[in-house]
Amino acid sequence: MIAAEPLFRAEGLSKRYGGVVALDRADLEVHPGRIHAILGENGAGKSTLIKLMVGVVAPDEGRMTLGGREVAFASPSAANDAGIVCIFQELSLIPDLSVADNIMISHPPTRLGMIDRRAQRRIAEEALHRAGAGDIHPRALVRDLPLSRRQMVEIAKALARQPKILILDEATSALTASDVTKVFEVLKRLRSEGLALLYISHRMHEIAELADDCSVFRNGRRISTFAAGTRTDAEVIELMIGREYKHVFPDKPARKPDGRPPALQCKKLRWGDRLKDISFSLHAGEIIGLGGLDGQGQRELLLALFGVLRDTSGDILIDGDKAAIDSPVAAKSERIGLALIPEDRKTEGLMLPMSVRDNLSAAAFDRFARFGIIDRQRQSALIDEMIRLIEIKTASPDLPVSALSGGNQQKVVIAKWLMNKPRIILLNDPTRGIDVGTKQEIYRLLRRLADEGAAVLLYSTDYDELIGCCDRVLVMYDGAVRRELAGAEITERALVSSALNVDDGELAEASLT
Amino acid sequence: MTEWRYWLAEQRGTLLAIGIFVAMFLIYATNHPAGFSANMVQTASNKATLLAFVAMAQAIVVITAGIDLSVGMILTLTNCLASWIVVGTATETALGVVGVLGTGILCGMINGAIVIFGRLQPIVTTIATGAMYYGVALMLRPNPGGAVNETLADALTGRLFGVLPTSLVALAATAVLIWVPYSCSVIGRAAFATGSSEVAAYMSGAPIRAAKFMAYTLAGLLSAIGGLFLTFFSYTGEAAYASGNAYTLFSIAAVVLGGVSLMGGRGSAIGAIFGALAFRTIGDLLFVFDFDPLWQPLFQGIVLMLAVSIGAFGLLRVRNRLEWFG
Amino acid sequence: MSDATATRPASRGAGMLRRIDPAVAASFGCIVLLLLVGSLYSRSFLSPDYLLQQLKVASFLGVIATGMMLVILLGQIDLSVPWVVTSGAMMACAAAAHGTTGAILAIPCGILCGAAIGLLNGIGVAYLRIPSMIITLATNAVAQGLMVAYTGGFAPQDSASKAMRYLATGNAVPGLPNAVLAWAIIGGAAIWLLSRTTFGRAIYAIGNRERAAYLSGIDTRRITMLAFALSGALSAFGGVLLAGYASKAAQSMGDAYLLPSIAAVVLGGTHILGGRGSYLGTIAGVILITLLQSILSVMQISEAGRQLIYGAVIILMLLIYGRQKA
Repeated sequence: MIAAEPLFRAEGLSKRYGGVVALDRADLEVHPGRIHAILGENGAGKSTLIKLMVGVVAPDEGRMTLGGREVAFASPSAANDAGIVCIFQELSLIPDLSVADNIMISHPPTRLGMIDRRAQRRIAEEALHRAGAGDIHPRALVRDLPLSRRQMVEIAKALARQPKILILDEATSALTASDVTKVFEVLKRLRSEGLALLYISHRMHEIAELADDCSVFRNGRRISTFAAGTRTDAEVIELMIGREYKHVFPDKPARKPDGRPPALQCKKLRWGDRLKDISFSLHAGEIIGLGGLDGQGQRELLLALFGVLRDTSGDILIDGDKAAIDSPVAAKSERIGLALIPEDRKTEGLMLPMSVRDNLSAAAFDRFARFGIIDRQRQSALIDEMIRLIEIKTASPDLPVSALSGGNQQKVVIAKWLMNKPRIILLNDPTRGIDVGTKQEIYRLLRRLADEGAAVLLYSTDYDELIGCCDRVLVMYDGAVRRELAGAEITERALVSSALNVDDGELAEASLT
Repeated sequence: MTEWRYWLAEQRGTLLAIGIFVAMFLIYATNHPAGFSANMVQTASNKATLLAFVAMAQAIVVITAGIDLSVGMILTLTNCLASWIVVGTATETALGVVGVLGTGILCGMINGAIVIFGRLQPIVTTIATGAMYYGVALMLRPNPGGAVNETLADALTGRLFGVLPTSLVALAATAVLIWVPYSCSVIGRAAFATGSSEVAAYMSGAPIRAAKFMAYTLAGLLSAIGGLFLTFFSYTGEAAYASGNAYTLFSIAAVVLGGVSLMGGRGSAIGAIFGALAFRTIGDLLFVFDFDPLWQPLFQGIVLMLAVSIGAFGLLRVRNRLEWFG
Repeated sequence: MSDATATRPASRGAGMLRRIDPAVAASFGCIVLLLLVGSLYSRSFLSPDYLLQQLKVASFLGVIATGMMLVILLGQIDLSVPWVVTSGAMMACAAAAHGTTGAILAIPCGILCGAAIGLLNGIGVAYLRIPSMIITLATNAVAQGLMVAYTGGFAPQDSASKAMRYLATGNAVPGLPNAVLAWAIIGGAAIWLLSRTTFGRAIYAIGNRERAAYLSGIDTRRITMLAFALSGALSAFGGVLLAGYASKAAQSMGDAYLLPSIAAVVLGGTHILGGRGSYLGTIAGVILITLLQSILSVMQISEAGRQLIYGAVIILMLLIYGRQKA
């Protein structure tokens, strides 16, 4: 396909986080003067690959060569110096410094040891122009710029480093349509200047317009590389989904409407521009999934329901009655009965150095304390029961929870809320980074809870999970519910295409932003 | 045309501090019973300069999102040291000054080394080192006393051309010679970057450790200059615990009034200087309006309290309560 | 992190060892060491009378350090101790001057004043999210201002009530000073509070990970506020005891308690960033600090040397135990 010697080559790169394989013997070749698109579902290993390429983390196995020589980067700045520069999804700009300062932060021009402001400004202006953002003033403070402008500064900052390989990780996700057009022009020009570009995006039409080569990743491995335009969008999506190991999911019982009001109902829930008029009903005994790409407002929706976000508008109804939930304290109250299994178990779900006992107790003091005084016997009885019920493998409830395996830690997070006997359970990607066995246990547990009358709202980045577990799925895109799928409609094809905001029928059709 | 707007945005905090100071000073000067005179300015500026030096020191550390609670004690220590060694012939005096400043730098370097390489919290570190510095000060001067080269002292606390207080000139010179080059240097830039967002600074390859170390070191130096001037004003050295603590405390107030963000990344030492001048003027206003001087500490405490509460208004804008937890 | 290691039955011996914090063990070891060193200097060092006297002196610090510990467990710090101690003492003495009613209300009055200042700290930290270090410095200044304004800057003439003196110097149980008894009761209450109440467990939870505690539906703000109020009340009670001991209050009587109270808590193995620590450790820390002071004075080391050694010991212990996570 491409004859010339690649500029960059990765061979057999692997990376594990704990027991989870993020990247599994992945290969990649990058050629100068070409735009190479990387495709894959959430967790396919794309981000890990990039982190390895720019020295954020070190590979467990494998080697990388740049211009024929083997390289290993100790830090992002080492990779930058070698000519590999990445524009990350999370911005790396310093809010309190000016645009020019930010662009030149790593290698400012100096005179007599001082920063040569005039030269710095000239270079910054040049870089902004090259990035197609000449309208941004180099003296403006980054904190005063809107998100889309900041992204343009990021691009200028990357260009000012004179990269050989420029990596864009979802770099257009925050941009306005006109900025996207500009960025595309810039990228095409850079390509003609001989730069190698790696482009990661979920937007199919962007890839069709921009890329020369495409590589599809799945489960930490590169599945296929082909010239852009040689496959249809449908074929590409098939490649991304793949046919792989299937989880065994518990049966979904047919739910009969019982005429009772929904346990949780949302009416036109809004929060700034991150949640847009979200409405849905969740009944007791039902598991609803939240789908879509990562970061489309799913996390915000769960937080809003749990009373963490301020200035939300719209109504939340519990059992048909309007409820004002302004804090997690209110959310877990007897009357409302919400529970939230948060996104990050290490910083949001657990107090890692504390014991299993303390962690299990944290959300359910009322179950065993009277006037704030803990009834030790009652506490121990409840905790022992819960450890048995959820099958948490720990030698003693007094062990610190940090000594447990990841899967058991996640069970503690869930069990801690079950201690409180919640009626509505919100889960934010509860099986991310967890071994298969524990995943299955969690699926069975969720179904059992639903059967016992709980209402479950499950956000998951794993499509299999949504298909296998959920009675209905709400697919979110850009802060709104893009599509609701029920029963047999919940297929990978439907989930992926609506997540990408592409029409199911004609995948090629797409709307900008 | 729009150029000045960006300048304004950059200097917002500093300009505000200057504004507050000018307003306070005008109220002070127009109501002063003796009227506006060179003498009055000299007295006022001598008092305020000391705090201004310490405030600059504090500002430089606070900009990196740290804090130095030992600045007052470094001032006390160097005051006691100066009352021993800044005496005698011109050469001896000069060597003495170098010794005093070197001691300040050393104190700052100790703070920096413990915070950066020992990875201890700046608060506890500087409280503890502050106690040590005070211990040394007390060893040097168990009782108030000592002397200073009076020619030098008078020259630096008097007036230039009969009008301009020399202490103010010295303050301005320090700002120009230390703050300006620092803030324009690569390290100074890195200090701002570190204070604003340490993660982004790391991702961008800024020299974080060097910047922090430099900040604590400069804070030591500036506190020592403050200690030197204290000796010039008082002609003696005194290991006064309460006064050392007060300087530390007021330096934080001055920094806040001077538009330096306690979260780091924003502000300037110039702002802190004017914050210090304004803080001193506020204290003096009480005399002008014939309040009992006994109310002065309370008044200063309340001003400090209000100043630190201003930052809390930012909370009203937080829409995701998880942001409370950083 | 595998299941195998977690499920392996822990032997009884290992369990015991795990329960004893190495920092607490180290502090008790240091206490024994200090007693041995002290006994080399003076034979009376190991006499029951002397030890009881030390325990009595320690109990003042112990009461104050209890409040400090609550706040440090939260991951915060209370720098308002000096003037809260003084306010408690002065207000109690002031109340005592108002006849019989005053004498009865003296102790509660002092404690309430401290609780009020503590509440102010708590509101600032919990609801306005001002860094605790800053807001407590500010309230310290306000408390100082109030006291200076109240006393006129001189040592107040009011003397402690009989009850205060009895509490600090009497012996309700023969052979056991009341001050020690008071500390024992407060210490017992603290142990109970920290281990058996939801308030105590929530303090640990917040100190470990405030975000997780908040998402667990713990009212983190109210708990933080209450902990600061308690800290203020305990500091003030310490002041009441001190005033009873000296039969009157004095201007800067609280200054000597800030650093030692932080040191005692931290040396006792409580993590300076919060979330970890036992009251047993704080007891050890308090006794350690008191003995250290006593030995330094037996060895005729000056106040200067004491300050130096304090600072150095704290830094050293922190470098061993209290590292920030890299």
